Amino acid sequence: MKTKVIWFLLPSLLVMSISAFLPVMTVLNYSLHVLFPGSIPQYVGLQNFKDALADAKLINAMRRQFIYTIEILLIQIPLGLALALTLPRRGIFVGLVLVLLGIPLLIPWNVVGIMWRLFVRSDIGVLPAAFARIGLAYSVESAGDAWWTIVIMDVWHWTPLVTLLCYAGLQAIPQEFYQAAKVDAASKVATFRYVTLPKLRHVLIIAVLLRCMDSFKVYDEPFILTAGGPGSSTELLSMYVSRQAIGAFNMGLSSAMSLVYFIIVLVLCYVLYIAMSKIGERK
Amino acid sequence: MKGKTIILIIYFILLLIPIYWMVNTSFKTNFEIGRMITLVPDKGTSDNYLKIFTSPIWMKSFGQTLLYVFINVAIVLVTAVPAAYAFSRFKFRGSQHLFFWLLTNRMAPGAAFLVPMFTLFSALRLFDTLMAVSLAHCLFNLPLAIWILEGFMRGIPKQIDETAFIDGYSFFRFFRKIFLPLIKQGIGVTAFFCFMFSWVELLLSRTLTSVGVKPVTVAMTRSLGAGGWDYGVIAAAGVLTMIPGAVVVYFVRNYIVKGFAMGRV
Amino acid sequence: MATIELVDIKHTYVKARTETHALRGINLTFKDGCPSALLGPSGCGKTTLLNILSGLLKPTSGRVLFNGKDVTDLETEQRNIAQVFQFPVVYDSMDVYGNFAFPLKNRGASHSEVEKRVREVADLLDLSNELRASPRSLGAGQRQLLALGRCLVRKDTAVVLLDEPMTQIDVHQRWYLRRELSKVQSSLNVTMIYVTHDQYEALTFAERVMVMKDGLVIQEGTPEELYQNPQTPFVGYFIGTPGMNVLECELEGDFLVFRGFKKYLSPGLRKRIQSRGTRFTIGIRPEFIHCELKKQENWSPLEVSIIEDRGEFNILTLTVKDISLKSQVPGTLKVTEGDQVWVNFLEEKIKFYKNDQLIN
Repeated sequence: MKTKVIWFLLPSLLVMSISAFLPVMTVLNYSLHVLFPGSIPQYVGLQNFKDALADAKLINAMRRQFIYTIEILLIQIPLGLALALTLPRRGIFVGLVLVLLGIPLLIPWNVVGIMWRLFVRSDIGVLPAAFARIGLAYSVESAGDAWWTIVIMDVWHWTPLVTLLCYAGLQAIPQEFYQAAKVDAASKVATFRYVTLPKLRHVLIIAVLLRCMDSFKVYDEPFILTAGGPGSSTELLSMYVSRQAIGAFNMGLSSAMSLVYFIIVLVLCYVLYIAMSKIGERK
Repeated sequence: MKGKTIILIIYFILLLIPIYWMVNTSFKTNFEIGRMITLVPDKGTSDNYLKIFTSPIWMKSFGQTLLYVFINVAIVLVTAVPAAYAFSRFKFRGSQHLFFWLLTNRMAPGAAFLVPMFTLFSALRLFDTLMAVSLAHCLFNLPLAIWILEGFMRGIPKQIDETAFIDGYSFFRFFRKIFLPLIKQGIGVTAFFCFMFSWVELLLSRTLTSVGVKPVTVAMTRSLGAGGWDYGVIAAAGVLTMIPGAVVVYFVRNYIVKGFAMGRV
Repeated sequence: MATIELVDIKHTYVKARTETHALRGINLTFKDGCPSALLGPSGCGKTTLLNILSGLLKPTSGRVLFNGKDVTDLETEQRNIAQVFQFPVVYDSMDVYGNFAFPLKNRGASHSEVEKRVREVADLLDLSNELRASPRSLGAGQRQLLALGRCLVRKDTAVVLLDEPMTQIDVHQRWYLRRELSKVQSSLNVTMIYVTHDQYEALTFAERVMVMKDGLVIQEGTPEELYQNPQTPFVGYFIGTPGMNVLECELEGDFLVFRGFKKYLSPGLRKRIQSRGTRFTIGIRPEFIHCELKKQENWSPLEVSIIEDRGEFNILTLTVKDISLKSQVPGTLKVTEGDQVWVNFLEEKIKFYKNDQLIN
């Protein structure tokens, strides 16, 4: 039976080698060379990596990315949890509520960007007009407003995911724990702190790691909304790296940047994997 | 009304506002879009939708996107099913590591792959073809498919396989007649997710195409008119691309409710 | 602790226009400080009754009294009940001390009061060494004791309800938990109501057992009473391991005729039951069925189909035609499966039932 295994895996491995393995090897190869179009590649070892990490723009994009991710997490996790606590657990509205929550998650990501573009642009959007009506100035062309607009867009887009995860987690808590808390005369706050929160721990970990990972990869929505602008105030890591890759002069350098980016995501991915298996073991 | 209900209603209204605005915009003329902000179209028109349905570029774009997505789903299913079977049935050395490597590809940021994919597909003479996008999307869809299918297959007891072999079934016959029908839900779910993720993807599909193939995501980010963005048409196109998602959610809503109601994460 | 009374409790569930009568008129008194058991197969209504006692459910009709005070309309928190569930309900994020202290702290007890009471309870449950441990490091049995302890810290607890508490406990651990439960009950004189479908648990724990079936209490009494004098065939069959043998028979002349064999009846017994008719259901416990290898006068031949080794004695399953009964015989009796043995019932231990009621 042992030899048979390879036949089952072969098709997938072939496809993955084209779509994944070869490209990665190529990137690795490029990153160790200096290559300009039309010239012979020169091996330079880790020089490209040094240059990449010294690139001010890359560092800035990384900095912005970390701030973005942290802000996202700080808003989405508590908000998603709070929403999950208000959702009905039983009754006729459950289906409706879940479907409504699911809609933002199933809209193509570029359409999300377009939708928000239509919504916030000064010339065609209703949001600036609404703000003007109540006397506030809002313009997505200004750096400050642009930043929190892309943050709010992500919150709009992805909070339902956190909510759905927490909702499922809440459903899984046996009622007996709440009964016991009642008998113990626990206040609502104490019940939340000692029953609900501990039991939601593993779901919250999954939500945090998932959102952390995906926010590092985010591209389409902010790109369409602001294309990194004004200037580079909303340029996140993925946008910078892909810009470098597409319009690259030195493909070696841009490859190194891609790898740095990839490694950051990979490390996060590994942490997620370990955390999830630890949670699985505990159960 | 209870406080909880009020909060929920407010949240859902906020949720729906941007969606409503896009639908609203799709029924307006560009003139109106550019000149005034109206909550309901002043002069409602279905011109934008008509433009899409009569425009060869748009229709070709929709058609091509659907085609490469279907090809991708086909490739993924054909290759993932045997692989998932191997992972669930055979305990071979390194299976865990292989699985993990596959998962990392799912998490890979597309931006990191742009250059090599571009080079590779150009070298293979596949640049600007449907096949290129279908294959490229396997990067994240194939691992996802294997992951989901393996989960479903794990739920089928090995006894069924063994009984079939004892009964004299050839492997292919067993697979076709017994095994596949048992996991058809898994295949359905997998096909759905692969369809969605491929339909939605912008970066790779844009990089690997230029003139011959125009993914609908690209068509939308390019202006059609000479003077900048044709917002009405774009809004209409946006609404149209939301429809597959809405349809799917509608069909699976009972599964979602059941799954959550049973308290399983 | 309190005396709990249930007065004419009836409860009906209505779901999608079908009515289920879960409880059909229950009248029970649980004496203060007495360990009681509600015993019955699944679906008999004991869980419904438990929920009515705890306040989770309001009965369709009837009253619940704690020490004479009507609590039927009071919420759970107002009744001072405590409950141990099928799985250990403990606060994982607090240590053992914190778990015990929780009900007291929530009611504003002073630090010294809490300290004193927690140590008392921990001592009683042999958990003093684990006070600073996390509940996660304890075994399932200890976690149930932790849940029980939390019930006992408050001095004003009226009753402790136990809902099949052994469900998640290893069979090996159960004797330990049972011992602790009984120890706690007797030293603190706690009114405990133990709900279970396991007759062994009920009989070993309780002083008074109430057997339920189909929403009614069929019999109530001490474990001995239930064992020696089951009022219905069901009670006799349900109690004991193995339970009482239940057989249909007819009185014909001097004999009780069963399907496949007959038993001679002494004149005295015959006269007593003659007046009640000719068709009976009888019950006889395995230990009162005697077996001999050699033919005996007036005994009946049956075939041994299964032998279960229980150490000092064996349980034989005896068959003839389509009847089978179980007999308890000394381990010294040398039989093998397939053998024929001669069987007799100990007359004075035969229970006669007519229309599901004991008549002798």
